[in-house]
Amino acid sequence: MRVPERIVLALLLAATAAAATFAVAYALEWSTQVLGLALGGALVAIAAALILAGKRVAPGEEVTEQRPKLADPAEERQLELDIERAGEGVSRRGVLLGGAAAAGTALGGALVFPVASLGPKPGDRIGSSPWRRGTRVVGESGGRIAPDDVKVGTFVTGFPDGADQRELGSPVVLVRLRPDDLELPSDRSDWDAEGVVAFSKICTHAGCTINLYRYPLFPAQSPGPALVCPCHYSTFDPATGGNRIFGPAGRALPQLPLALDDEGLLVAAGEFSGPIGPSWWGVRKRDS
Amino acid sequence: MIRSAIRFVDERTGSAPLIRKVLRYAFPDHWTFLFGEIALYSFMVLVGTGVFLTLFFEPSLARTTYEGAYAPLQGVEVSLAYDSALRLSFDVNAGLLMRQTHHWAALVFIAAIAVHLMRIFFTGAFRKPRDINYYVGLTMLVLALVEGFAGYSLLDDLLSGMGLAIAYATTLSIPVIGGDVAFLIWGDQFPGADDFISRLFIAHVLILPVIIGGLIAVHLLMIALPHHTQFRGGGATERNVVGTPMWPGYALRSVGLLFATAGALFLLGGLIQVNPIWQWGQYEIYDGTNGAQPDWYMGWLIGALRIMPPIEPSVFGYTIFPNPFFGGLLVPGVVFTFLYMWPTIERRLARDREIHHLLDRPRDNPWRTAIGAALFTFITLIFLAGSADRIFVSFGIDYETQVWIFRVAVFALPAIVYLLTKRICEELRDTDWHPLREPPVMIARTPSGGFEGDGSAERPRDRAAAGGGRSRRR
Repeated sequence: MRVPERIVLALLLAATAAAATFAVAYALEWSTQVLGLALGGALVAIAAALILAGKRVAPGEEVTEQRPKLADPAEERQLELDIERAGEGVSRRGVLLGGAAAAGTALGGALVFPVASLGPKPGDRIGSSPWRRGTRVVGESGGRIAPDDVKVGTFVTGFPDGADQRELGSPVVLVRLRPDDLELPSDRSDWDAEGVVAFSKICTHAGCTINLYRYPLFPAQSPGPALVCPCHYSTFDPATGGNRIFGPAGRALPQLPLALDDEGLLVAAGEFSGPIGPSWWGVRKRDS
Repeated sequence: MIRSAIRFVDERTGSAPLIRKVLRYAFPDHWTFLFGEIALYSFMVLVGTGVFLTLFFEPSLARTTYEGAYAPLQGVEVSLAYDSALRLSFDVNAGLLMRQTHHWAALVFIAAIAVHLMRIFFTGAFRKPRDINYYVGLTMLVLALVEGFAGYSLLDDLLSGMGLAIAYATTLSIPVIGGDVAFLIWGDQFPGADDFISRLFIAHVLILPVIIGGLIAVHLLMIALPHHTQFRGGGATERNVVGTPMWPGYALRSVGLLFATAGALFLLGGLIQVNPIWQWGQYEIYDGTNGAQPDWYMGWLIGALRIMPPIEPSVFGYTIFPNPFFGGLLVPGVVFTFLYMWPTIERRLARDREIHHLLDRPRDNPWRTAIGAALFTFITLIFLAGSADRIFVSFGIDYETQVWIFRVAVFALPAIVYLLTKRICEELRDTDWHPLREPPVMIARTPSGGFEGDGSAERPRDRAAAGGGRSRRR
């Protein structure tokens, strides 16, 4: 036995052993690592055996083949004639072809209609939200939220009481700012409740969740508070009503006006300042 | 035994002459020809492991309480999709091995296709008669990207949901019809109707794999019909194919590569963790995380979305291009349109309508190589931009500064790379210098019939400078 043949045989025996190990490892419920090592090892050993056999054991030879000729003008002409023969003696060929085209197009078009069953017309569902004036703000587990639950420098996620939390228009991010820091536009001057402001938690860029809150530890040097989306780092300023200050978002974060009810707990004082979620064709029409 | 087997087949099909011919089919040898095979073999592993996974996975968003083996999530309310993926990972024997191998195979599959595409591009293998097959291959790359994304979006973990949110926003950003298209796919506003995950599932396990499988068959047939391409040298001409015959040499080596690919993937799947969904948790639309990175082949799109300036042009209140359109649709659209157009562009500009079976070396066509290198630079840069937040964490380079650097670099660097590559290729072509090979020994025939060497220690480069080199300029 020549040396390469011996190595091939050794590799094949190693593969046999590794495959058997895999079976044992499976039966004894050993770890994923052992399973992978055994199965991968068996495959790699067979691979090495085959490649070595192909290179060193089997007769190595080089062949030269003639390439098939790709284009044959005489054959092409004959084929053309064969195809055209079908049309010989047919009187109104164009009309018949036109009819076939019309039937084919109509049938194809008709068969597209069932595609419409896949989804409803968007109508005004895109960008809508269940928040209305007076909707109570609750936490993930349904408990109501007071302004003092929102500490300065942190954020709290709020939902509309009684609505589906998994609806895109539901979650809001609540942050509390010191009175000096608040610079809401004049027409939104009363949209905070004891310094707590609320914004849609869904980024207006690509619909990810705003779940980063940058709050200055040393205000003299650090940039101001900002709500940030971790997907593409659109950055919004909660103090000025959710204006975009960095990143690719094309619109401000919609703000939800807040008020306190008789018990001193947070409720919505109206609807969002604009459509929630990522932009689409009609988003600015809805806005105005 | 062989004789009776052949007899059996030949009596029923009469295919012995054909099989004989196939066994003598010549495969030209070059290591760069293996990437396509690695892609093919990864696809086989994907189908094999994928079938195993479908037998356990539950494509449903209905809620249940997790009670599997992973203690930290016990008692948590999760979707059936996430629950079944966890059970597959922790409770099914060898389940995690199959899941991780499947994921690794997807990563390798697309990487192999991408490198294979580069090989085809830089050697001019896309030229007539293989232009159609180049389109088939590009289409498979597009489908593989969608297929991979659909796969990791199925599990309903946090990363799946974040990716789908971006996919929804990107669909919504199609001018005029974005809302309608998104509702046809999702069945409602994101996160979509309950049907959505079964649609995604059937796309991932049936529709896309069947199309890719069919295209693979077409791809292989269209390689075999005109036979393989080959590099110059060793007696290779436009009319012949010089190489290892299918049997025994090539078959053994190629099946060996199949086992090597599968072996490497199972080693990766067993030893190196990938997409540990139990750490990400169940997706909810109000949850997210920073530091999230998609599978590598989606990275360039994340980068393109991130560095896009905040532009949303609108007319009469209608938003023509919502921002994700630029990074999510325009950039990949332009890149793939360019790649689809390239054989036509090159044919027109180079006025080359010939049939080519001999490959170019990248240096043989400096202009094409430079364009490919510039495109590769652009894609690499936006890929890196997709990890700018990680670069910030690792190297402390301010994120906002990085975004501005990338915005400039994605235009400036490809231009520089274009000029540099073109110059280097022209230099290499003219001097025939090879970084890994000894310079060729030049032997000249003297008028008297003898031979004389020209000093083999001398680099051919110097000879060219002295005007004595063999010029390959066409």
